[in-house]
Parts: sequence; C-alpha cells; structure tokens
Amino acid sequence: MTTTDTVRPTGAAPAPAALTAAELAAVRADFPLLGRTVRGGRPLVYLDSAATSQKPNVVLEAEVDFYEQRNAAVHRGAHQLAEEATEAFEDARAAVAAFVGADEDEIVWAPGATAALNLVAYALGNATAGRGGAAAERFRLAPGDEIVVTEAEHHANLVPWQELCARTGAVLRWFGVDGDGRIDLTDAGAVITDRTRVVAFGHVSNVTGAVAPVAELVAAARRVGALTVLDACQSVPHLPVDLHALGVDFAAFSAHKMLGPTGVGALYGRRELLEAMPPVTTGGSMVEVVTMAETTYAPPPQRFEAGTQMVAQAVGMGVAARWLDELGMDRVARHEHELAAELVRIAEIPGVRLIGPADTHDRLAVVSFVVDGVHAHDVGQVLDDRGIAVRVGHHCAQPLHRSFGVAATARASASVYTTVDEIVAFREALSGVRAFFGVE
Amino acid sequence: MSALEQMYQQVILDHAKHPHGRGLAGSADPAAGHLAGESHQVNPTCGDEITLRVDVSDGADGRTVSGVSWEGQGCSISQASASVMTELVTGRGLDEVAHLDAVFHDLMASRGKGLGDDDVEDALGDAAAFTGVSQYPARIKCALLGWAALKDSLARSGALAA
Repeated sequence: MTTTDTVRPTGAAPAPAALTAAELAAVRADFPLLGRTVRGGRPLVYLDSAATSQKPNVVLEAEVDFYEQRNAAVHRGAHQLAEEATEAFEDARAAVAAFVGADEDEIVWAPGATAALNLVAYALGNATAGRGGAAAERFRLAPGDEIVVTEAEHHANLVPWQELCARTGAVLRWFGVDGDGRIDLTDAGAVITDRTRVVAFGHVSNVTGAVAPVAELVAAARRVGALTVLDACQSVPHLPVDLHALGVDFAAFSAHKMLGPTGVGALYGRRELLEAMPPVTTGGSMVEVVTMAETTYAPPPQRFEAGTQMVAQAVGMGVAARWLDELGMDRVARHEHELAAELVRIAEIPGVRLIGPADTHDRLAVVSFVVDGVHAHDVGQVLDDRGIAVRVGHHCAQPLHRSFGVAATARASASVYTTVDEIVAFREALSGVRAFFGVE
Repeated sequence: MSALEQMYQQVILDHAKHPHGRGLAGSADPAAGHLAGESHQVNPTCGDEITLRVDVSDGADGRTVSGVSWEGQGCSISQASASVMTELVTGRGLDEVAHLDAVFHDLMASRGKGLGDDDVEDALGDAAAFTGVSQYPARIKCALLGWAALKDSLARSGALAA
C-alpha cells in the first residue's frame, strides 16, 4: 500500500498523524452548510469539492467582520479605517503567500485562477506587442515560437494559450495522456523543443485526480529556457504546496476551492518576472505617474491590481489559508489519501468504469467515472435523489474526455471535511443506479 | 411516486432505450415540392449533442413535416425527448408544430405543476410525461435540445419563409 508520502514534496518527513474521529467531527461542525438536508430531508453528502468547496465559519465571519468593522478603500485614504482595511488586505496576502511557499510581493490578487492564467497570457501578448520595454524582452513571442500544454488541462489553462497563439503566431503543442489520463512524457524531447517559450500544465487533474510530474516538466522547460505556468487549483487545497521548491515561474489558484470565498484567487509569479512583466488591466491604483500623454506603472504586485480590489474576499482567502495551515496540510493530505483509497473502490461495482488511475499513487481524492448503459447526467440525478452531490459533464476538460472516448462523466471529489462514511454511502447509492434504469 | 420516479417515467425510459427517428437520413437534395433542413445543437454544460434533419412537403393544406431523423448522444431525457418529438410532429402542419413547440416550452417552465389543462396536455401525447422533468431546472435543457434542433432545422430548410 502506498502512503501519503508519495504525494509529499520531500518524501522524507515522518508520516503525519491521521485526523481523529473527534477532530474530523470538529472540522465538520465548522461548516454550517454541511449540516443541511436536501431532497426531502436527506443528509447532504457533498462530493463536489473539486468544483467548489464549502466554507468554514471563520471565513464567513471574516467577511462579515471586515464589512462591519474595517470596510474602506485600501492603499489610500488618511483615516483609521483605511489603515485597518489595508492592514487586513496585506495581512491576507502574507497568509496566502506563506501557505504556498511564496514571498508576499510574489502574490497578485485576481478574481480567480481563470483570471490569473489569462493575466499571464495577456501580459505575454502585451509584451509581444512591444509593451514593457527592454525588461519585457523575455516575454516576447515570435511566429513559430511554441507554447506547450497537456491534453489533461482544464479549459482555463488551454483556451487562453490558444488565444495567445492566435494573436502572436506562436504554435500550440501538447503532451498527450496515457490510458490512465496521466501526462505521457514519452518523447518529451520532441514536445519541448528549443522553440518552446511557455510550458503550462495543471498540478493535479480536476478529472482524474492524477498529480503531474512537476519536477520533470520544470526541468525540461528550464533546459530550453521556457517559462513554466502551473494551474494549482486542485493541488493547493489538498496538498502541502511549496511553489519555491517546485521551481515554477507562475502559478494560479482560486480561493473558492480552498475553503475561501468566490471572486478571489491568486497569481504567483517569481519576483524578477513580475517586475519585468507589463500590466494587463490598467486604470487606478496600479500607476506611479500619470500625465495626459503617458503613464508609468507601480511595482508588482500593485501593477497587476487595477481598480478597487475584492478586499473582503481576499481577507476571507487569507483566513482560509490560515485555517488549513493550523490543521496542517500534511494531515489534510493524509486524510484525503484515505478518502482517495475509498473512492477508487467504485471500480469494484459492476458496470462502473473509472476514468483515470485505479491506484492511489500520485492521485488525489477525485474520481471521474462512467456507468455502462447510463448517461452521466442520469447517474448524477439518481445520486442527487439520495442526497449525494456529484458533478456531471465534461468538467471543463473536453479534450481529456475525448481522449477517453466519452462525452461526459460523473465525478465525485472530496475535501478535508469529507468522511469515509460519506464515500461508503456514495458507493452504495452508485451500486443501485443500473438497476434503477433497468440495464443490469 | 417520488420526484425522481416522476421524472424517469416508464414511457421516458422506453423511448430512451428504443428511440424513434434515430439514424440520420441521407442528405440527398429534396425532390420538387419538398424542403429539407439540418441542424446541430449542443448543450455546452454537459456536452450532449444532436444532429437533426427535417423534411417538409408541400400539400393541399400547406406544408407538413414529412420526416424527422436524428442522431446524437446524451442523457435519457434528451434522447427520449427527441424520440417523443419525432413521433409527435411527423405528419403535422407547420402551424401545429409551432403550437406544440410552444406548449412543450410552457410545460417545461411549469416547475412540475403541468399546464392545468388536460386537453392541452393530451395534445402533447407522450411528451406530457416530461412534466416531472420540469421540477429539475438543470434538466430542462436536456428535454429541449431536440426541439431546438427541430426549430433551427425548419428555419434552415426555408420552409418557414412565406
């Protein structure tokens, strides 16, 4: 049996303690929504955390507290409220930075991971259009330059690169996936070439739960001087992540998948890169000197934070990061590793086929699956009738689904508050789906 | 009957298993007095899709739908709805088809209550069984996918032009 050590970045630390039953009960009691019932009084079994997580009381309270006690425009204003709001906002940035092993000035607030990934793509486009001066030379793309992604990407880490290619004449290339949906590094030397300028990939697939070979991809990108962009949406909420140790150039993640509010996320960028990168959204708060003819820009991170920011949500994201830190991400990862082992057991149910690895090595507690003879939408509806919330469809990963020859799957995904009992209930309900539709 | 059973009525499951009209007719040019149109519709939230062909014939009483054929992939609701619709509209005049389309849309907007008019629901035939689907907002698009393809293919056929 594998242990959580397989997904720990160092692999050398002693195994963290499992969450005790009492600790898990206390965790769950912190999430008001988990206490509600659905569909005629059934207890909610929430297995859609890969789409969005539920929020603990401290996060909800942090937003209310900000609005009740500190609400003011940040980084301006001479009054006490402005000071306190700015302090809360920047303290949240420090919390998020520490949570992912980054420095404070390497964290840029964005409305979410999608916006953060687009920010990088558009900044490269602006550099290619000549913006950013000599410092931005390293971001400029020429026709025939190559951008590399993978077939496993969420659309948010695919479409912005397609668009950047269309605007600049760069060429999109990609790694395929193997039968388990893992990135196929065979012939990596033919995919990442001396024309490669960007290598963008997801840390953990939101469909298969497979953990990407980050070290190999970063090393291959570095050999040719390409920038690396990590979509860390599905890793940061579930694993200890140290972006400096991973060595990526950029990373994006959303608050709402890591127990925080919607409407906020973070772009991580190595300091020297953010300093050299031209802005994307322009306007107030991101400038130094503005004349009628031209403008000079603030240093990062403010250069990339035009307009009034989502301050209360950022504060909530900082609280979510600290909540997870206090519990300990190594313990969260261990708990979820047990959940992953329970989830992959759905493959034992007749007629159920996993889309993704059947083992728990380098994979998180996300399983996508098809049920022979029953469409994913219909599977989800029957589970919903039992109070079990799963996602159905292509999960914003049409190319990956196409590679498996399916249009849609159902997906169950766990988070720190998920219990083994919930997954047992899910498996039991799933066992009855084919009988309901008379296809056994 | 539970809400789930109201949605997945036997008549719907039967249509889903043995759909009418499935298998797209060839795209040969229609003969004189005939029109044909084809439409491809996608439900982007779940990836369900349908390609539908409609044939329209001129008759003494105006234009009628002389044939509907389609192929696609999707959930039991979208497949059954396309099947039921095929049965319902084949042989009907274009005004009748437009009326049935409007009534079916009203039914889907009824949030499980139905239309409160037995005569109107009787006119829908098996399509009235989709009342239960209208309790589930996320599934209404599934039931309407085939109807959207029919409407678009009729428009593309030119049969709706005066």
